[in-house]
Amino acid sequence: MFAAAKKLREAGVLGLNERNAEFIMRLNPRRLYPRVDDKALTKQLALEAGMAVPDLYGIIDNQGDVRRFAEIVTDHDSFVIKPAQGSGGDGILVITGRSKRKRDCFRLSSGVLITEAEIAHHLSNIVSGQYSLSGNPDKALIEYCVHFDPIFAEVSYQGVPDIRVIVYRGYPAMAMVRLPTRASDGKANLHQGAVGAGVDIAMGETLTGVLKNDVVEDHPDTGALIAGLKIPQWDFILESASRGFEVTGLGYLGVDMVIDADRGPLMLEMNARPGLNIQIANGTGLSKRISRIDEVYDAKATPAERAAIARREFSADRQLQML
Amino acid sequence: MTQRYVFVLAVLLTLAGFAMFVYKWQVLGFPLSENQETPVWTIESAISFDSGPGSIKVNLHIPTLTPGFRQLNENSVSRGYGFSLNYGSGGREAQWAIRRADGRQTIYYRISVFEDAGAEQADTTPPFPPPPAINEPFKTAVDVIIADVREHSADTTSFTTELLRRLNDPSPDPNVELLLSDVESETNFVDAATMMLAAARIPARMVRGFGLSGRQRSADLEPWLEIHDGDRWRFFNPTTGEENLPDRFFIWWRGNEQLINVEGGSNVEVDFAIQEAHLDAVAIAKSQSAKGGASLFDFSLYSLPIQTQAVYAVLLMIPIGALVMVVMRNIVGIDAFGTFMPVLIALAFRETKLIWGIVLFSVLIALGLSIRFLLERLRLLLVPRLSAVLIVVVILMLLISLVSHKMGMETGLSVALFPMVIIAMTIERMSVVWEERGAADAMRGGGGSLLVATIAYIFMGLSWLEHLVFTFPELLLAVLALVLLAGRYTGYRLLELGRFKALAGN
Repeated sequence: MFAAAKKLREAGVLGLNERNAEFIMRLNPRRLYPRVDDKALTKQLALEAGMAVPDLYGIIDNQGDVRRFAEIVTDHDSFVIKPAQGSGGDGILVITGRSKRKRDCFRLSSGVLITEAEIAHHLSNIVSGQYSLSGNPDKALIEYCVHFDPIFAEVSYQGVPDIRVIVYRGYPAMAMVRLPTRASDGKANLHQGAVGAGVDIAMGETLTGVLKNDVVEDHPDTGALIAGLKIPQWDFILESASRGFEVTGLGYLGVDMVIDADRGPLMLEMNARPGLNIQIANGTGLSKRISRIDEVYDAKATPAERAAIARREFSADRQLQML
Repeated sequence: MTQRYVFVLAVLLTLAGFAMFVYKWQVLGFPLSENQETPVWTIESAISFDSGPGSIKVNLHIPTLTPGFRQLNENSVSRGYGFSLNYGSGGREAQWAIRRADGRQTIYYRISVFEDAGAEQADTTPPFPPPPAINEPFKTAVDVIIADVREHSADTTSFTTELLRRLNDPSPDPNVELLLSDVESETNFVDAATMMLAAARIPARMVRGFGLSGRQRSADLEPWLEIHDGDRWRFFNPTTGEENLPDRFFIWWRGNEQLINVEGGSNVEVDFAIQEAHLDAVAIAKSQSAKGGASLFDFSLYSLPIQTQAVYAVLLMIPIGALVMVVMRNIVGIDAFGTFMPVLIALAFRETKLIWGIVLFSVLIALGLSIRFLLERLRLLLVPRLSAVLIVVVILMLLISLVSHKMGMETGLSVALFPMVIIAMTIERMSVVWEERGAADAMRGGGGSLLVATIAYIFMGLSWLEHLVFTFPELLLAVLALVLLAGRYTGYRLLELGRFKALAGN
């Protein structure tokens, strides 16, 4: 048991307790949490900072406004509904189109049809706070549904694959691509069954994947090889992620990006308590990278400079050589 | 920095907790384990005499102090007599007085004592005794013996031993024979020894008491010799000269005065009866702390009304449950619904007992979940839906109780002890997890909660632990310290070792 703990310690693996006590509590002051926990606020702050985000179609923030839903989406056939204060992807509905026969019947990303009444019920659930972290009344965001870049089409089962970057004190420390599976119901959250694939920060290329806590070579539904995919506009993604530090002020941050076929990388949301499975996906621990960032830390560096330093420092090859 | 503060705080809390714990345990004598009993002896002296025509005054020597014993309580039974306690030269004296009485009178004095190794003899150092006035030819005999004994001894102790050896010699030398010529009883003998020690300027006195053992109908007072060596009092067996006090020898009074003095009465008889009983050590400690004024320091729960005590006996185990919870969540890493739900379930298990508790809990959750899924179809808003689940839970509890009662299983009645709000929230939380993350996650969370509840129940049910926490609530400070330390535990959780196994390999 102690031997196992020692091995993990040597591999620089970050544990939950250490993440909570050493990084989240120290670097993420609670007063800044609303900036990431309230997605409406995140979106507004990100826009002000010049980050690319999906367009907002409308916000429903009280039960009375649930009626406005049809009106908000009249011009849009595909959209996403999400609770502003949801966590872990709970409560997100991805509508990819309308039924051909009935305009008030929508198609979920899984292909299942859902009526407007059912969506309205879901909206009032969101507003009454079912999915909010605190259980307090919440807002429902209705926004642009990302048409994802075909780069990941082979290795996703429906839904939107996204890119999670862990940003430590403004420096990208580790990244992974989260690929939806049948089990995850098109959602890109690892604990719901999505596959996470590590990313070589220097090259912007995917490594092997992780499903639950096991390493996988290929996607469980499509069977395609996960490793070796080159992520487009990687520089821009890293720079946007770094900018998340300026937007939120959080020293330990998870930035979720998606690549839209038309609009390029968009920042979807940010997370003040990013999970630790990213370490399994990358086959390496976070602690080493974090201490390297502490060494090269420069308070005056711009997001672009910080992204460049991360590319220089955190190559998967270099990691292998070090080992 | 924070790390150090937490550590210092934890150490301070632990020290404070343990200091109070040791004080109550060692000084006040609170027992470490339940039902620890201490023998208590009740010695009753019955004084009977024929009353004379006038007023009557009875003076009785009563126990002052004996090393190794503490007094639990004392009382006197004497109809119509005025009672007072005085200090005389031989220690405490009880005095009874009455203007007039008829016929044979009986007065009882009763004292209860228990052994306490910590009870020291808080006696003062006596002055050197004046040389006794002794007439010739005894004076010369005494001088010769003392000079001789002094030759053969090094200090007061060996002097006493040597003197007693000579006095007890079966073929005594003529001087001793002369001195002991009119000694008739052992009391006279000890008196003579005291006189000789006084002549050698050694403070000495006779003590009288008896060995406490079991039940004695009429105990005889034995004389014993006590000398002061300038530092403390020492006891000598007058017949063997050995320095010792027999086991459980309880001293009734000191000095050569008579045990009792009755003015205005005749045919005085004093009878001692000893009875041994076993009293709960807690009761003794309680009465001691009340008597000693230690109540200021003693926040003992035993001073509360019995019903309140019963409540606190349960409440005080909640911190133990919380500690189990912290260990399971932060150090082992088991998932559970709600922060304190498992602790509250464990509390309910105390009443239902474990197996039935698990069965009832599972049945309740399973039924609640199925009804919750039906409610889901009605598309209710959050608060009404939660309330509906709560009402359903209450109705289910009622039904389970009724059905099990009809089937003759009374354990089913205890389902009412489950905290229903917590159950309702658990059902809600579980159904949301079920929908969002699938049945496996929901089951894992539910199973984790039940597992933590079971472990918490086992710890909260340890009767020695319950006794310890109830008797020494200050130990909760140490529990708090442990929780604080766990709050700064940044090592891996046990289950993470498995989770990150892939990373340890390369």
